[in-house]
Amino acid sequence: MSEHIFRIWRGDSSGGDFVDYKTDVDDGMVVLDVLHRIQAKQAGDMAVRWNCKAGKCGSCGMEINGIPKLACMTRMNNYSQRDVITVQPLMTFPVIKDLVCDVSWNYEQNLKISPFKPSPPDSDGRHRMMQEDVDRIQEFRKCIECYLCQDVCHVIRNQGRKDRFVGPRFLIRAASLVLHPLDVEDRIPAVRDELGSGFCNITRCCTDVCPENIGITDNAIIPLKEHVTDRYYDPVAWILRKVTGRIRSGVE
Amino acid sequence: MDNLVIFVIAVVAVAILVIGGGVTLAVAIYQANRLILAAASLTQSEDMSSDGGHKSGFGQTMRKDRWWFEPLWTGLGFLFFVIYVNWAAFQGEHYWHGSYLSPLYSPVLFVDIARVGAAPVGHSLFGVWPDWINAIWPPFFPTSPAWLILAGPLAFRLTCYYYRKFYYRTYFMSPPGCAVGPFSTQPIQYKGETALFIFQNLHRFTWYVACGYIAILSWDAFVSLWESGAVFSGRLGIGVGSIVLLVNPILLATYTFGCHSCRHLVGGNMNRFSGSFVSRIRFNLWKRVSWLNQRHMLFAWISMIWVGFSDIYVRLCSMGIIYDFNTW
Repeated sequence: MSEHIFRIWRGDSSGGDFVDYKTDVDDGMVVLDVLHRIQAKQAGDMAVRWNCKAGKCGSCGMEINGIPKLACMTRMNNYSQRDVITVQPLMTFPVIKDLVCDVSWNYEQNLKISPFKPSPPDSDGRHRMMQEDVDRIQEFRKCIECYLCQDVCHVIRNQGRKDRFVGPRFLIRAASLVLHPLDVEDRIPAVRDELGSGFCNITRCCTDVCPENIGITDNAIIPLKEHVTDRYYDPVAWILRKVTGRIRSGVE
Repeated sequence: MDNLVIFVIAVVAVAILVIGGGVTLAVAIYQANRLILAAASLTQSEDMSSDGGHKSGFGQTMRKDRWWFEPLWTGLGFLFFVIYVNWAAFQGEHYWHGSYLSPLYSPVLFVDIARVGAAPVGHSLFGVWPDWINAIWPPFFPTSPAWLILAGPLAFRLTCYYYRKFYYRTYFMSPPGCAVGPFSTQPIQYKGETALFIFQNLHRFTWYVACGYIAILSWDAFVSLWESGAVFSGRLGIGVGSIVLLVNPILLATYTFGCHSCRHLVGGNMNRFSGSFVSRIRFNLWKRVSWLNQRHMLFAWISMIWVGFSDIYVRLCSMGIIYDFNTW
């Protein structure tokens, strides 16, 4: 057992400040365990959103020493006893209370992506796809919607472009449909214009903070940017499209 | 034996320079760290927004780790490389030795035979330095063929998805680190790569050019195996410089063929890998390119450093400072 100081932001949308809590930490604890201990013993009214305690629900996203993390996956043995551990709500979304944010903006962005539109079934009425066709997009299904990537993305965090850019999470979702072997919707114009793929400048912070280790930048955003290049900025691809009449696989 | 002594002295001198440079850099980083942490502690209690206690403004963050270390070393490393390449290109001489051609000068379009250590005329694509270039050439610039070809690889690296990450972070500070305040924020409207930087979409065209350079540098490596560069007519052999020039295109290939645009073009642009025979071939290619792509940063740095090292090796040999051990 060791003793740590937690500096936790307490307040709501009208304002707040940091409050220091000195607390005991047992071996094997994660930050969320400590927050629960503080909640139980020192600050019964402290708001913390959590659910699974296993890194699978994405509820306990917060900024720990300035880095967006899941509190349930952040082990206390990462920190020295001398460190004051600062805990804050996510910066990109409005605070409701203490460590809890209103992330509803994200659900609005989700609505900008049109639903899956499958190609016609085979003659026997079934849809078929092979495992190697879906390996790529199954990586994106690991997303737990913790919105840490949305929080750290400077385009929406600092540059105030929530009006033009949907953020990494929803570019992943768009990629999971664009790269889907059965989807026939032509999504590239929307990827560029409504979702704002060009606003991402590939600084990869979304990938750095992803607790599921999804290759957000390399496997989703850059392939989308390359598809946009195919459509709008590559004269060779333009000529090939004119000759073959193909917009993309599955779309004539 | 004399040559061996000179070689050993040169290796020791280079080692001292590298170690000395490393120590200097380490001291500079340590001092920078102290200054930044001191500045951070001064502003710790200031500029707190009421919303979540976050700091706003350039360089502001609640992070306590050394987030600035990566942008610092990548920024200094690339800057050092750019300074060296400019210096080397500015020399216009000592880029050829025996059968070795510095990759910074390859391909040699025109050669000014009056310069010391210049390539033989037979190894330039279009012969001697023409008068029409002299007419438009800035008088303060030496007649260096490097200036005519460096734009190709430079354009490939500058539009590369990895380099974009590092220079947007390091030089544009947009942002300098994750969850660190960027240099420009509102009211300057951020446009990302939709306005001025829309040219980044041309990356695949620079990749085509880079593939050409790999072919050219592979040819240079082949030429380096022939005494005095006399391909098929001279004696076949190998020297330390040949090995250096053989490794160069291999490392450049690991970087170039791990490019994100390459990954897209060889198979990533398909959404169904199974099916036709061609699709399966492209799928296998895509998997191999993906392996390289996962190590893109590593190969970007190694290949870049090796290009600089190759130039240094050829230059030192040409200047007579080091001796090239070879079988001729």
